[in-house]
Amino acid sequence: MASIYMDNHATTRVDPRVLEAMLPFFTTEFGNAASKSHAFGWRAEEAVTRARTQIARLLNADPKEVVFTSGATESNNLALVGAFEAAAGRGEHVITGATEHPAVLDVVARLEARGARVTILPVDRTGLIDPDALRRAITDRTVLVSLMFANNEVGTIHPVAAIGALCKERGVLFHTDAAQAAGKVPVDVQAMGIDLLSLSAHKVYGPKGAGALYVRRKNPRVILEPMLHGGGHERGLRPGTLNVPGIVGLAAALEIARAEMPLEARRLGALRDRLQEGILARVEDVQVNGHPTARLPHNLSLSFAYVEGEALLMALDDVAVSSGSACSSEKKEPSHVLRAMGLSDTQAQTSLRFGLGRFNTEQEVEHVIGRVAEAVARLREISPLYEMARRTTGAQVTRRIPTS
Amino acid sequence: MAVAGRYNEVVLDHYRNPRNVGEILGSPAVAQVGDPASGDVLKIGLRIENGRVIEARFKSFGCTAAIAAGSMTTILIQGMDLAALDRFSNQDVVAALGGLPESKLHCSVLAEQAIREALRRYREASASVAAGGAPCR
Ligand SMILES: Cc1ncc(COP(=O)(O)O)c(C=O)c1O
Repeated sequence: MASIYMDNHATTRVDPRVLEAMLPFFTTEFGNAASKSHAFGWRAEEAVTRARTQIARLLNADPKEVVFTSGATESNNLALVGAFEAAAGRGEHVITGATEHPAVLDVVARLEARGARVTILPVDRTGLIDPDALRRAITDRTVLVSLMFANNEVGTIHPVAAIGALCKERGVLFHTDAAQAAGKVPVDVQAMGIDLLSLSAHKVYGPKGAGALYVRRKNPRVILEPMLHGGGHERGLRPGTLNVPGIVGLAAALEIARAEMPLEARRLGALRDRLQEGILARVEDVQVNGHPTARLPHNLSLSFAYVEGEALLMALDDVAVSSGSACSSEKKEPSHVLRAMGLSDTQAQTSLRFGLGRFNTEQEVEHVIGRVAEAVARLREISPLYEMARRTTGAQVTRRIPTS
Repeated sequence: MAVAGRYNEVVLDHYRNPRNVGEILGSPAVAQVGDPASGDVLKIGLRIENGRVIEARFKSFGCTAAIAAGSMTTILIQGMDLAALDRFSNQDVVAALGGLPESKLHCSVLAEQAIREALRRYREASASVAAGGAPCR
């Protein structure tokens, strides 16, 4: 069987309908949206306006509140640095969570170097922060709370509306990184009390290098200090010639996601449940990571005791998934997300993340179940940890004999 | 497949069809090194008779390179005498595998450590037998 892609948290394939919407903006409609003197520019600007309106509708926002960026990393940077700097003098305390993406944690570390006081909230076994801990952490010097909508490794969905309400009550800005959630689960910046929200096109079957930051303009009006300078684009918040094809692609992708969300979530949820049940039925000692219900419908994070993640990835050589450790450097760093959820380093080393997507089929899921079962069985046969565990259980069985 | 691209065919072959997987029962020359928390454990067992390795077996909880290194080590040391075994180095494993990615060299170091430790245990056990000590029960 050809290679099966099940790493849709990393990125997604561009939906053919999205590509089709984008193509004219590379060829005939190539104008600069800031060119006011001719029809090429006007048509590009029109397309951008249409995209802004579509995206605003998905978020229940006003089109003026959408700022186009290159993706969620940039949106997170603009939100965090921009809000922190704009608040200079009023406060310097920033609150975030232990399972955030590096595109938030690394930015927060940078702020700390620039004088921020940072609180990183722990999470429980399921990856959720405790709203009471958040309540206690907020002080009158707190300027920003940044907590992700849904986690990219284990899919845990935060109680965003409750967090938003709490931040409103205390008069603190609330930013959420919705890179994994936008287009997958309902997002409503009004109902959820969100002041800043990051999203990215390539996680929802759109192109890479396009994203947006929602910036609230009323109740309260959020002020950000821009990071880039050079021209008045995007109300001065993000200068630079607009990536019109990317913006059109982002909007088309989100529009499709909005229209198909109920059906798609149900279909992917059923595939994910089948994948989970299929694997659990055939493989012993597997742990499901994340929240049992507050979880992205297409996410499955599993820890396969006694089997190292990279070796398992390699055994699944016709399936693209990712492991719970970043194996880039000398040492395999176990995932900070799994660690924060209380998994041991060893457990984190045995973890795989499956991310189902729009283009996966039932047959693929069945195939992957079989491949995972085979691969785990083979690697356990060569695992000294499995041998030790079996010996221990064996010993218990023998000990039980005389007493019975 | 992206992962496979980082390894050469010899490494992949030893990963896919590891040689000499298993345990050596009743031999003191058995060592397990590494740390599961960092994702690398190698267990090597040797049967030594008349000063030579007559059988070697391994098990690994580790990445592709770690499994390949364990497998290749059991082949290389087959038939070696103790003096040669003392000189055994991780470079021998890397060379026999036709090279490992830079970030995976530590897997071969684990193989060397396992051999050292197995030998140490073997000598300790032999010394205690020679000294008339009772074998461990
Ligand atoms: C939760 C989260 N935030 C941010 C990012 C970064 O997004 P982008 O690739 O659009 O910069 C990702 C994707 O890797 C993500 O999963």
